[in-house]
Formats: sequence, C-alpha cells, structure tokens
Amino acid sequence: MDFFIQLLVNGLSIGLLYGLSAMGFVMIFKSSSVLNFAHGELLAMGAFLFLVLTTWAGLPVYLAFLITLAGSFVLGFAVERLFLRPLIGESLIFVIMLTVGLASIFKGILLFFFGGNLHTYPEFLPAGLGLQFGNVFVPPVYVASSFIGIVFLVLFGLFFKFSSQGIFMRSVADNQTAALSLGVHVKKVFALSWAIAAMVAGMSGIVLGVINGINVHEISAIGLKVFPVVILGGLDSIGGAIIGGIIIGLLETFTCGYISPSLRDVVPYAVLVCILLIKPYGLFGLVDIERV
Amino acid sequence: MRRLSFHPCGNFKESYAQEITIFETDFGRFWLLAGLVLLFCVLPFVSSPYFLYVCNMIGIAAIAALGLNILIGYTGLISLGHGAFFGVGAYAAAILATRLGLPFWVCVPAAGFVTALTGMVFGIPSGRLKGLYLTIATLAGQFIIEYILVHWESLTQGTMGIVLPEATLFGLVIDGDRPFFYVIFVCLVLVTWMTKNIMRTRFGRAFIAIRDNDRAAEGMGIPIFPYKLLSFGISSFYAGFAGAIWAFYMISITSEPFTLGLSVEYIAMVIIGGLGSIPGAIFGAIFITGLNEILRWLTDIFMSMGMASGFGLNMASLRELAFGLAIVLFILFEPKGLAEIWRIVRSNFRLWPFSY
Repeated sequence: MDFFIQLLVNGLSIGLLYGLSAMGFVMIFKSSSVLNFAHGELLAMGAFLFLVLTTWAGLPVYLAFLITLAGSFVLGFAVERLFLRPLIGESLIFVIMLTVGLASIFKGILLFFFGGNLHTYPEFLPAGLGLQFGNVFVPPVYVASSFIGIVFLVLFGLFFKFSSQGIFMRSVADNQTAALSLGVHVKKVFALSWAIAAMVAGMSGIVLGVINGINVHEISAIGLKVFPVVILGGLDSIGGAIIGGIIIGLLETFTCGYISPSLRDVVPYAVLVCILLIKPYGLFGLVDIERV
Repeated sequence: MRRLSFHPCGNFKESYAQEITIFETDFGRFWLLAGLVLLFCVLPFVSSPYFLYVCNMIGIAAIAALGLNILIGYTGLISLGHGAFFGVGAYAAAILATRLGLPFWVCVPAAGFVTALTGMVFGIPSGRLKGLYLTIATLAGQFIIEYILVHWESLTQGTMGIVLPEATLFGLVIDGDRPFFYVIFVCLVLVTWMTKNIMRTRFGRAFIAIRDNDRAAEGMGIPIFPYKLLSFGISSFYAGFAGAIWAFYMISITSEPFTLGLSVEYIAMVIIGGLGSIPGAIFGAIFITGLNEILRWLTDIFMSMGMASGFGLNMASLRELAFGLAIVLFILFEPKGLAEIWRIVRSNFRLWPFSY
C-alpha cells in the first residue's frame, strides 16, 4: 500500500511537471497553430540561463529567476519575429521543420557551451518544505514545483479570462480572420504568445533542473514527451495540458513500478496512438477536427 | 532520323502525352545517358575508397529520400517515422538472411515488403487524421518501433545487434565498396525510374490530387483512404529497401542509428532537395550526406588543432548547429529547395544572353 501511495505521489509530481512543460506548448499552438518541436530546447535554454546566473554570475536566486524569465521572454519574442513570422500562411511541413531546425540549432549551441554532462544547481530550497504523510515523504522540490505550477496556472487562467491581451489571444485562437477584422493586431498576438510561452518554458526548465539536474539531452527529450500530454488533454486547452500531464505522469510511474521500467518511455506514445484513433481532439480540446 | 527536339520558347503542348513526357528535349536524354556512363564507367575507377563509401551512403539515402518524397512531397502526408521504417527494413533483411538463410536478392525486396506492411499499419491513423495530428501519430510510430527493435530480444537480439552473412548475387560475392557501388546505384536508377513512372500513372495523379485538396479529390471519386495507405506502403517499401541494402553493406547492425534524428534527417533531405521533385530527393541526399562528411572532416581538423579542449567543441554540437541552420535557412530563403535552384540555373543557361 505504501508502495502504491509513493508511486501515486511520484506520478502526480512528475505529471505536474509534464503539465507545466506542456503549458507553453499549448499556448503557442492555441494562438498561432504552430506545432513547436523546439519546446524541449526552450525549456533547456531557460534551465541553462538560470544555471549561468546562479553559479557563474553568483546572483541571488530570486533575481536570477526574474532575469531568466525576462531572458526567456525576449528569446521567445525573437524566435517568433525572426523565424516564424516569415512563415505565416506557409504549409504545415515548413512550419514543423522550421521548429525542428530551431531545436537543432538551440541544442547545438547548448552542447557547444555546456557539453552533454549533467549540471546541478546549488541547493537553495529550504529543507523544511518537504511534507511527510505517514510513511510517505514528498521531497521539497516536488512541493515547490507543485506550488509554482498551481500559481502559474491560476495566473494564466486570470490572464486569459480578464486581461485585454489575454482576450485578444483567445480571439485569435478562436477565429483569426474575425479577430483581424475586429482590429486585433494578430501579429502582435503571435509574438506575445511566443514570448509568454517561452517564459513559461523557461520557468518549467528551472523546475525540471532543480529536480533532475540539467542535461541537454534529457530536457530536450521532455519536449517530445509533451506530445502525448497535449494530445490527451486537448491541443488547445491549457487546463487540459495539466490534467493530461498528470494522467501521463501517473501512467508512467505505475507502468514503471508494476509492469516493467523499460516500458515507461513507450507507454505514453502507445496511449497517444489510441487517443488519436478514438478521440483525436483529446479530453478538453475544441471539437473541430476535420474528418477526411 | 527524326529531328532533335529543343526547348520551345513557350508552352505549345497539345496533348496529355506531351505533358507527362519524361524527357522534354533530346538534350535531357543525352545528358542523362552521359551522366549514367560517367557514374558507372568512370566514377568507381577514379575515386578513392573513402569517396566511394560516401557515394554509397548517398545512394542509400537517396533511395529512402525518394520514398519519403512520395509521401510528403506528392501525397502531402508528413511522416516522422521514416528512420524507424529504414530500421525495420535493415532488421527484416538481417533476420531473413540469418534465420531463414535467404539469399541477398530475395532478402532485400522481401525486407521492402515487410517494411511496406509495417508502414501501412502505422499509416492506418491517416484514415481519420490529417495534418499535424497525423504527424504526431507517426511520431508515436517512430518511438514504438524503436522500442520494439530494442526490446524484442528473441527476434532482434536487442542491443547486441545482428551480424549479416556475406551478400552474393548471381554467384558473385559482393563485398567492399566497389561491388556495392554497382548494386546500390543500379537499384537507385531503377527506383528513380519506378518513382517517375508511378507519378505518371493514375496512382501518382491521385496522390497529387489528395495533396492539393483532399475533399475535391474525394469528390472526384478518388478513394482517399486506400490511396493514402498505398502511399504509406510505397514510401515504406523504399525505406525498407534502402535499409536492407544498408544492413548488408554495414555487415553488422544494431538498433542504435534508427532514431528520430534519422527521420528528421530524411525529412531535411526532402525539404532541402525540394518537395515533390524527384531530382530534388537525390540532391537532398547528396547535400545532407555531404554535409555530415564535411562536418566530420572539420571536426577532425579542429581536434588536431587542439581547440577542442578549450570550448568543449565536439562533433555533436557542430553537427546539430550546422544541420539546424541548413534546414532553417533553406525554409526561409529557398523553400522549394535545391531543385528550384537547379531549375533557375538551367533556365539561365537556356535563356542566355537574353535572360530577363
């Protein structure tokens, strides 16, 4: 029973991380319908920026965190402006391959400066943050990441619900032409959504780095794990990303614990195929997929 | 003797037969023949073993890229699983050759058919999905196949790999670069010829119709799902065929190379070469394989200069960076790829000195 609960807790926290990583992905897809294969690299960029600021520049943690968020914001903005904007209206394959190419470039840059080794952040979370339920222990990092995840989820919920930019973004996602004709600056919305998504990605990258240590290959692999998560949750639903993340996380840990550790990495994709065949728009996605 | 035909100065085609003709002019026929003679009679005898090896790799990649081009360039279905299909072909050939002891000339096409079946299974989602949903489904296919190749140990021997027997054809032993050069390039020529002709038949036209507008295609009476499956099948057949030859050429195979990276490399070949262009796929194969080799060479130079220790410069980072840059720059500045550049260069020559 303890084993079960421990797995449950692990699964929930890993799932929350997946959800957090997928949030930025969904945001980009929602407003500009770009399938971002460079998402894992955006996570890694944030994680490494934070590493540089905390260990090499020696800044205090909260300042480094803020600068990382700002840096990721600028990075996302630049990526949209330089690479994605010329491709508005181009066919899907070009957009997909452009993000694949970007992923390669980012990965190359990160490997060039940091190599493929594992780096770790200095310890900065207070040890008292860990929770103890009976025999089950929740490590501080998981508590912190859950906290950050929930805070950001609420913040984004409020942002999309009430702020004018958030409403613009939703309107563009809903119907680009109508939004354009009602005076929404669609290109600005694209740029903004990439910037915000990169910021969220940077933040998730830091959380991932705190938990697992940072390694270019591992973090960019998370970027591919995002696909089952977002398809399960619905490609254009931010809440769905979190729920999908948690389901995939639980699925992974339970497969790992009860069936076989080697199955862990392939089960999400098997589930992905099943969902695509049965319910392609996911649990919370908008049902307007075209039937051929 | 009939009169030689040259490029007309406008579009004077009067029948569909003229529209789908392979060689528009006798010049094309002549240059192709000259190129083939050069390829088969001169190149293998003047080039070093290393260059021949690179040529062989290009030939194998070109066969697979031609297949992917049928799927992406002509049918408009994006597959991220081509690298895995290549691996299925390699393993199918290896298993057929070692377990059943089949000869080389049976193994290679049989591996192609096995891969075609696999490809059609993973193409089934295309019945309901299209566009990016289908892309994600093929991504899942890539991971599932990769997993099976590693973990179905009784069949694939997992990470140990399989050692293939010597390839023989008509009683001759094929080993070393030069005999394989002939095998690979004869296959490439046949496959190119086949692709060109598939595209001139009703199947090819149906593929293109599905790419351009699937609803209109269905309205005109093209059964979409069978044709999409067929496209998956043909494209995987090419990948499996190439993979099988590769397995025999490499002698021993492991599951290592058939990753998502390989799939991406094939898509890069198709895009950099030119979507929906048969010479484009071959140009793309030359470009990407050449790029890989140049980067390897550059890395060696940097290593020997001793810069490596300072920057942590390694093959992986340089390769990733250059590869990504090539894709991004081509998409941004020449989305039609090398085939378009080739066309522009040719038409400049043709129109010279009155090009405008």
